[in-house]
Amino acid sequence: MTAFGALAASSLDLLAYAPPGWGATLLAGLRNSVLIAFGAFGLGLAIGIGGAFGKLYGGPITRDLLAVYTTIVRAVPELVLILFLYYAVTGAVNEALLLWGYERIQISGVAAGIAVLGVVQGAYATEVLRGAILAVPVGQIEAARAMGMPPVLLAWRIVFPLMLANAIPGLANLWLVATKDTALLGVVGFAELTKATQQAASTTKAFFTFLTAAGLLYLALSLLSTVVFHRIEAWARKGQKRTGG
Amino acid sequence: MRDWLQPHRVVLIGLAVALVLACAWFLRWDWLAEPKYQLLIVQGIWRTLWILVVTMVIGMLLAVPLGLAQAAGPWYLAAPARAFCSVIRGTPLLLQLWLLYYGLGSLFPSIPGLRESVLWPYLRQAWPYAVVALSLSVAGYEGEVMRGAFKGVPHGQLEAAKAMGMPRFTMFRRIWLPQALHRVLPTLGGETVLQLKATPLVSTITIMDTYAVAGRIRQDTFIVYEPLLMLAVVYMAITGLIVLMFRWFESRFPSKSA
Repeated sequence: MTAFGALAASSLDLLAYAPPGWGATLLAGLRNSVLIAFGAFGLGLAIGIGGAFGKLYGGPITRDLLAVYTTIVRAVPELVLILFLYYAVTGAVNEALLLWGYERIQISGVAAGIAVLGVVQGAYATEVLRGAILAVPVGQIEAARAMGMPPVLLAWRIVFPLMLANAIPGLANLWLVATKDTALLGVVGFAELTKATQQAASTTKAFFTFLTAAGLLYLALSLLSTVVFHRIEAWARKGQKRTGG
Repeated sequence: MRDWLQPHRVVLIGLAVALVLACAWFLRWDWLAEPKYQLLIVQGIWRTLWILVVTMVIGMLLAVPLGLAQAAGPWYLAAPARAFCSVIRGTPLLLQLWLLYYGLGSLFPSIPGLRESVLWPYLRQAWPYAVVALSLSVAGYEGEVMRGAFKGVPHGQLEAAKAMGMPRFTMFRRIWLPQALHRVLPTLGGETVLQLKATPLVSTITIMDTYAVAGRIRQDTFIVYEPLLMLAVVYMAITGLIVLMFRWFESRFPSKSA
């Protein structure tokens, strides 16, 4: 019991916010993780909206290229894509800069992380949004057309609100995947939560304490996100008939 | 076939073939000819495959009771099962893997008597940790899927079995479980692909899987892109095999609703 007490006390010391403890490092890592997840989710959503409309209403070439994009991204491990896109993107940017007579630049970890995870998220978001748009009842759209509603207004007032309710569960899943995929960026060396945890743990040799603490932080983030997305879904579904489940 | 092979597709396929030929011609592939690396690559693919198969099987075996406990169990079984699934699904697999390997692994030596036990030679290797972490991950995700599948079996089927006087376990074995498994079959292929994509994480705890082999080749030869391209092709090929296998598997169990 005393050994356990000593372990708990030393764990608390190690996790303290002030410098002898590593709390500040972990929280900075968490902030980076959330920042990258937010950016990647947003970029993925933007790509997904474009991709979904392209897949549904685009020309044959657009559709085939989008199919290749979503198939490749969903078949290759994220870790491989992250390595590949990281080298390819930073390499291409620097080549372009050299070509135009500028100096090489160091691309910030956060920006590269957002770009890489955003491309991965975009493929999944394309499929989620495509399914959501397809699930909008045709009668609603036909009714709006029959009333003479212009296409942009139709998309904004009819398709978008109705699609949103169908898309939210899938998007919530994607957000959770985004928060967890940020851990993969630690392998490439970005100072996000998992990497920060590993640094703290290998310095102090208290692996169990730090990895458990990081796990609790991730868990808190995911539980909080679940609650928020439930609220958003309830808001998006207001005025719809409840259909069980 | 006519429908599929439209003129624009022929052009796109031509471009793709040109791209592949350009990659084969202009990039460095001489390392592929070295027997040392060939052996490593084959071993790596073999490790990736067995980790995938073993963890999927163990994970599914754990997922059935987890799903059943959540769908029909009393609260003292349902609550822990739900908590387990939330924890597994709420934290990154990489962290779970490190928690087991580095975290638990650093605690084991302080347990008296463990060093002398029969288990110690296994606890010092990396693969038991990888198998446990990846299996628990499958169990967590599939436990949730199985919960939905058990709940989705029509109640009339179970009532009919009960009315025929079928014992509870026979009812589970003959009616409930087969129908639930039939329901998850279409999602199972996708989940297997996701699990395949999770296997490269084991390279972070010193297991020489396909991903680690490519990393080793990149370190040895200072070639940046080519081993990564090989990785992408290998994983896409395995994904294709998994998809085809599950398609064949599904076609053997005809379903009315689908």
